[in-house]
Amino acid sequence: MVKIAVENLYFRYPEAAGFALRNVSFRIEEGESVAILGENGAGKTTLAKNLNGLLKPTEGSVKIDGVDTRSLSVAKIARKIGFVNHNPEHQFFAEKVEDEIRFGLRNFGFPEETIDKIIQEVLSVFGLEEYRGKNPFQLSGGEKKRLAIASIMAWRPEALIVDEPTIGMDYAQKMNIRRVLRRIVSEGRCVIVITHDVDFAATICERAIILSRGEVIGDGRLRELLSDDELVEKASLRKPFIIELEEETGLTGLEEDFDILSSILMEVFQKCRS
Amino acid sequence: MTAVKLRKLCFRYAGSEKQALTNIDLTIEEGESVLITGPSGCGKSTLARVLMGLIPHSYPGELEGEAYVFDMDVKNTPVSRIATRCGIVFQNPDNQLFTFSVEDDVAFGPENLALPPDEIGRRVDEALRLVGIEHLRHSSPNNLSGGEQQKAAIASILSMKPSLLIFDEPTSMLDPSSSASLIERIFELKRSLDEAGGKTTVIIVEHRIDLLLKHLSRIIVISEGRVVLDGEPLRVLEESFRRGIPINIPPMLQIYFRVKDRCGLEKPPTTVRELICMLGGSVSRDG
Ligand SMILES: Nc1ncnc2c1ncn2[C@@H]1O[C@H](COP(=O)(O)OP(=O)(O)OP(=O)(O)O)[C@@H](O)[C@H]1O
Ligand SMILES: Nc1ncnc2c1ncn2[C@@H]1O[C@H](COP(=O)(O)OP(=O)(O)OP(=O)(O)O)[C@@H](O)[C@H]1O
Ligand SMILES: [Mg+2]
Ligand SMILES: [Mg+2]
Repeated sequence: MVKIAVENLYFRYPEAAGFALRNVSFRIEEGESVAILGENGAGKTTLAKNLNGLLKPTEGSVKIDGVDTRSLSVAKIARKIGFVNHNPEHQFFAEKVEDEIRFGLRNFGFPEETIDKIIQEVLSVFGLEEYRGKNPFQLSGGEKKRLAIASIMAWRPEALIVDEPTIGMDYAQKMNIRRVLRRIVSEGRCVIVITHDVDFAATICERAIILSRGEVIGDGRLRELLSDDELVEKASLRKPFIIELEEETGLTGLEEDFDILSSILMEVFQKCRS
Repeated sequence: MTAVKLRKLCFRYAGSEKQALTNIDLTIEEGESVLITGPSGCGKSTLARVLMGLIPHSYPGELEGEAYVFDMDVKNTPVSRIATRCGIVFQNPDNQLFTFSVEDDVAFGPENLALPPDEIGRRVDEALRLVGIEHLRHSSPNNLSGGEQQKAAIASILSMKPSLLIFDEPTSMLDPSSSASLIERIFELKRSLDEAGGKTTVIIVEHRIDLLLKHLSRIIVISEGRVVLDGEPLRVLEESFRRGIPINIPPMLQIYFRVKDRCGLEKPPTTVRELICMLGGSVSRDG
């Protein structure tokens, strides 16, 4: 089923001279994992905000489950389409970490007993239990980002849009977020990742939508698009390590797990030496 | 001259039970290019705040030990004075930009240094060019994308040409080609200032290391508020790998560290092709 349908979307910020998005059209089905990629200022965040109704199209339309976002309240859309802002501080307002998560759940009418259970669960998923009573603004950069993701994930939206999920993440946290996002996809929900971290995108997303100067210049299988040197260059991107490795070795179906990759490489190439 | 000298430095934020920094002993000489990395929440930004005097002057808490930046004792030197020699780019550009135009934000630092107007103009132009945002000169920082804001924040510090440059995750929001060119430009700037007789010290806090590696003289790894590794970049990364400290080791090195002993590799490959050749294979296609 089509979850999000974007048709001939044009968007212009008030007072801005030109359009930040021009003639953007695509559909995202339930259960898809999509990376939105493109240079600084390409329009990724603007697009994300149009997908969840924070911004409304200047021309064209965005439909969620067939309903135009113009006729839906921001809260109604948010219940279905969760959006994690690239800057966590733009999202925070509670004085305690746990209340940051509680707020959305209450708003959407979750029963109190369930709320406490969910808070416990998401805090533990993101290793934030010890900060439960702390002020969100007094967390480290990466801790803020994790809380921002946790507080939206908590109400289990049908689609989750995360703007720059890997900012401030060490390796372990990055792997953890990758696991969390993959689980969401495996449950048949959508994950839309906006990122400059192409290696991260390649481990999660089947599909990529590539924007440049407000227009879609690529939409298709991520691995195919990011193998296209010309497109990669044009979009100020970089080829993910895993794709480069596949191209150079002729091996296929590689996954970014360095233990496994190392064994495969040793086996394959040590064999040809002997 | 010594740029940074910390002795038995400890800090606890007011209201926290845990110490954010514990017994830090650290000396950084003028002219060094140092990366500070470590798990999220380990105390990197806290350390950067100490070096600017924001701790203790703007963040309440308990500070013990000694902290000197160019012989200024941060405990009793006003931040405004430290700021004449040190510039910090914060992790969140929102905390850096506060005027209504990019140009004014970038001019703010040089104006505070009381430089003559034509010199300020030159510095603003140069900083905007270095980060590649000349076209955004008259935009309001509020109306910029995340990456554009980060570039403006970086320009607003570069325009001051401080002797100690501290960057807290400067490329976190930049696209891959901007990240690469920004890092090159920063170190070009350092080289040209050094050639003109200065000695610029660069301290970068980052989770992403790959693009920086070739410019670094030293990597410091912090874990749970303590310095756990400090030294030559490749050795520090390998030791972090052995100890399982979860820092973002570049993919190529992830593989190199795993296979080097068993395959008898002596130095890390710089390209995937080189890696394959070192392992004894021949590449499957010509490129
Ligand atoms: N509030 C605003 N008012 C006017 N123009 C804006 C506003 N926000 C963004 N823009 C402009 O719209 C364009 C698209 O911005 P957007 O934030 O969508 O880019 P992005 O692809 O998310 O970039 P980044 O990778 O840097 O986050 C940019 O040129 C930006 O300067
Ligand atoms: N203003 C503050 N008040 C109280 N505690 C704080 C404050 N800022 C950070 N902390 C805490 O101090 C510890 C170190 O935080 P710091 O911001 O220095 O980490 P970091 O290494 O920069 O992490 P990241 O990579 O996630 O940015 C963390 O446990 C954090 O929760
Ligand atoms: Mg953005
Ligand atoms: Mg930090």
